[in-house]
Amino acid sequence: MTNHWIDLKNADVILIMGSNAAENHPISFKWVTEAQRNGGKLINVDPRFTRTSSKADIYAPIRSGTDIAFLGGMIKYILDNKLYHEEYVVRYTNASFIVGKNFSFADGLFSGYDESKRSYDKSKWAFEADEKGVTKRDPGLKDPQCVFNLLKNHYDRYTLTLVSQITGTPEKQLLEVYQAYSETGKPDKAGTIMYAMGWTQSTHGTQNIRTMSIIQSLLGNMGMAGGGVNALRGESNVQGSTDQGLLFHILPGYLPTPPASFGSLAVYNEKFTPKSSDPRSANWWQNRPKYMTSLLKSLFGDKATAENDFGYHWLPKIDDGKAYSWLDLFDVMYAGKIKGFFAWGQNPACSGANANKTRKAMAKLDWMVNVNLFDNETGSFWKGPGMKPAEIKTEVFMLPACVSVEKEGSITNSGRWMQWRYEGPKPLGNSRPDGDIIVELGLKLKELYAKGGAFPEPITNLKWDYVTNGKYDPHKIAKEINGYWVKDKTIGEVTYKAGTLVAPGFALLQADGSTSCGNWIYCGSYTDKGNMSARRNQEDAPNKIGLYPSFAWAWPVNRRIIYNRASCNPKGQPYNDKRWVVKWDAEGKKWVGDVPDGPWPPLQNPDSSEREDGRYAYIMTREGFAQLYGPGLNDGPFPEHYEPLECPVEKNMMNKQRMNPVAPVFGGEADTFATCDPKFPFVGTTYRVSEHWQTGLMTRPLPWLMELQPQMFVEMSEELAKLRKIKNGERVLVSSARGKVQATAIVTARFKPFKIGETIVHEVGMPYHYGWRWPATGKEESANLLTPSTGDANTRIPETKAFMVNVTKL
Amino acid sequence: MSKSFFVDTTVCTACRACQVACKQWHDLPADVTTNRGFYQNPKDLSFTTYKVVRMSEKVIDGKMRWLFFPEQCRHCMEPPCRDTAGEESAIYSDSATGAVIYTAKTKGLKVKEITESCPYNIPRAKKDGTMAKCDMCLDRVQNGLLPACVKTCPTGAMTFGARDEMLALAKKRLQEVQAKYPKASLIDPNDVRVIYLVAFEPKEYHAFAVASADSVGISRQVALRKMARPLTRFVQAL
Repeated sequence: MTNHWIDLKNADVILIMGSNAAENHPISFKWVTEAQRNGGKLINVDPRFTRTSSKADIYAPIRSGTDIAFLGGMIKYILDNKLYHEEYVVRYTNASFIVGKNFSFADGLFSGYDESKRSYDKSKWAFEADEKGVTKRDPGLKDPQCVFNLLKNHYDRYTLTLVSQITGTPEKQLLEVYQAYSETGKPDKAGTIMYAMGWTQSTHGTQNIRTMSIIQSLLGNMGMAGGGVNALRGESNVQGSTDQGLLFHILPGYLPTPPASFGSLAVYNEKFTPKSSDPRSANWWQNRPKYMTSLLKSLFGDKATAENDFGYHWLPKIDDGKAYSWLDLFDVMYAGKIKGFFAWGQNPACSGANANKTRKAMAKLDWMVNVNLFDNETGSFWKGPGMKPAEIKTEVFMLPACVSVEKEGSITNSGRWMQWRYEGPKPLGNSRPDGDIIVELGLKLKELYAKGGAFPEPITNLKWDYVTNGKYDPHKIAKEINGYWVKDKTIGEVTYKAGTLVAPGFALLQADGSTSCGNWIYCGSYTDKGNMSARRNQEDAPNKIGLYPSFAWAWPVNRRIIYNRASCNPKGQPYNDKRWVVKWDAEGKKWVGDVPDGPWPPLQNPDSSEREDGRYAYIMTREGFAQLYGPGLNDGPFPEHYEPLECPVEKNMMNKQRMNPVAPVFGGEADTFATCDPKFPFVGTTYRVSEHWQTGLMTRPLPWLMELQPQMFVEMSEELAKLRKIKNGERVLVSSARGKVQATAIVTARFKPFKIGETIVHEVGMPYHYGWRWPATGKEESANLLTPSTGDANTRIPETKAFMVNVTKL
Repeated sequence: MSKSFFVDTTVCTACRACQVACKQWHDLPADVTTNRGFYQNPKDLSFTTYKVVRMSEKVIDGKMRWLFFPEQCRHCMEPPCRDTAGEESAIYSDSATGAVIYTAKTKGLKVKEITESCPYNIPRAKKDGTMAKCDMCLDRVQNGLLPACVKTCPTGAMTFGARDEMLALAKKRLQEVQAKYPKASLIDPNDVRVIYLVAFEPKEYHAFAVASADSVGISRQVALRKMARPLTRFVQAL
């Protein structure tokens, strides 16, 4: 989230699209409800009418996988009717940037496409720069090559008629949504988006979110109270684990994982540190070398020295051009190339796309360690449906972990709040905190590698001093993450003593090895004033918009709303006086309110003269502007509508490429797909319900929850049920090119067939919470047996929200 | 102090946390259910289910609506079930809160008579005739806590407190809601301690949302018995 949960109450319009917040983030509705009570409007766009829709002022249906068409139509509507926030667009977005002549777009392809590699040469999309290297701009937005005009041109094709034909949303309802949301283009209005896996789990997932970011930037909603782009995380600490480098392509604090070809720390820093020649661009990532060195110091301690590149050579590297995401790992495992696997706090036998492939892949392992609260479909995969235990060699070890309330530590919620929690009851039986298991594992590995082994240095040199009285110490880890001085250092008139914690924040981190920091964005979370995340003060900030700055701690530097400089005009005065986030106090020469995006003054003086010491609002981008045109993603600088890999139409009605031309497609025997195949005529999608959680490991064994949602089900329209002669409550078979699942039919008027072009397209939906271990009948199985092994072109998250199925009577 | 609930169904999301909280606080077993083609489960109240969120799909004025009604005992101001039983050791109104409480002695009552007396079709019996329903979490309330269902509600759909405050809140909220839903109303606010605010006709939510005219409370026979009661007592006292 750029904003945070409480801030939802400040919105004039809330769009819930790509998520089902009432059902899957029930507490969020405390704030959505408050926004509505304050006169705010709730818009919900979803393939079916959900519990969220039931509370919406406007509901519009959409065929799964067509969000870019829907939102692209909104961009056109905003531009055609001049509903954008003009000053914001010119001053804070890259609308005025001049794009180089090498950029082009035709037939669904951007310039630079290499079909054999299924990838783009992104250098073709670069901006034009002047002789000093500063990007050329036309603040009048007249130049035909400026982003604003290219944007207009790109979305000119997204007419109401065409968007309606693609999405299945009637034109009247498209207009109703566009009108209501565009109201927030007025400078003092704010609109927010609440999205989740409905947007991310797609072959164009990143671009779904990009499209909304463009809308939010055009309407001037970024940085505002009640605005922003807000991802609803599906687990209490997903934000925290992502911050700490859970994904293969990032190290803690969003530092890129080095590729093998970057042979030294100097090369890494050179390649990954953006340079700006514009003195008014803060270009915050110019500090990357400080964060990288501090991370290396944290990993390897005294062993990390300037002479050995601070241990850079001991970091794992990515083979150039290779990916190590979920889909990729299970593909390699399926090929028998992975010997051992830690399934830690997860249930891949039910949770990942194409679960049959995943289950078969696990049978190729020599060993698996299942760390979880209970045994699950993963640990017991070898005795699951269709498996022959006698033929499976995989040895499975179960390590019982204790539950969250039995251990101390922090979680970071969707709003970036790091919140400390305490141990309640003692861990049950032999179960232990995850941290305890990891620390002992590390110590044991160090002991074994000390005796020799291939390339032992990364392990033997690892600083692994997180133990107090023989047990993992969460406070030591938290301090390690915050960072501390490893040498005495004098900056200006202040001398920082070795061994003290770095405070107040990451501006003090050094590239010379004098600081150690496990994650720069958390610097300031644990200082000599104590554990900031354990604070529980309930006093609001002076602007009274629900920031509660002394409750827990938010990264970065306790900033509750990021990009907040953009909530003010160039003179530093708020666009909305009643719900101001920050404002420039000219006398005090400082910002007041939320922690601002940097201390620099605003761009203009009160007399409208420009200030050379001011900085642009978007400090994390090289140029300092929000990116309407984003030349960094793998699949193009503007989002474009492509169909999901499996779709009900022969042709993409928007362009000549049916699917995202750079999305990964796996081609093994277990990866079968069916598009426009009469055997699988209906669109399928998956989701969650309030009553269960994730693969149901913590909810299916609970009778009180099973009472509410006892069985796997498939929701469908009355029209489809009539077509297939299916009665409500009857058991049916849902099948895809990859698998079959039994389910109880829920026949409902909440699902309606879509009119796609001249064709009627039916869609069905299923929860993915079930698996054969519980309930004991073994008949309630995972919807992921049906979903395809393809994913997003940037993140490679699987496309489990739009695929093709058949539904038949049992 | 006389207590009441105010249930604003216009902000209920049917997360059903109240339904689970009720079972958890009262340590009631889960009913064994199947998916019947609906989200709502269990299908109905039972001896072990005091609270069910009724979920009703309706097209009203051409618009799809999914209406939610967290159903429970209304704790009537003048409870017909209590009067029908005529036996304070089995059914009584708690003098402090007004909670209508069923005891183990309900076993001796005529089940049919009691259930038919309830205009909201709430009381349920197990095989031996013992009856049960929502008890306002009287043990919690007596210890200064909110009823479990109210405590767990994330959106503020359920509130609980002094009766006059709840009535005032209900009227204020009704006015706000009528701007969006002109047909919104409070259900039987003067007769019950669980005051529902609904956006549409109560019958759209659930057949027994509103006290039904044809099943109104007390049969003639019972009414006669009620009238005779002071006399009976007087006679007993002699």
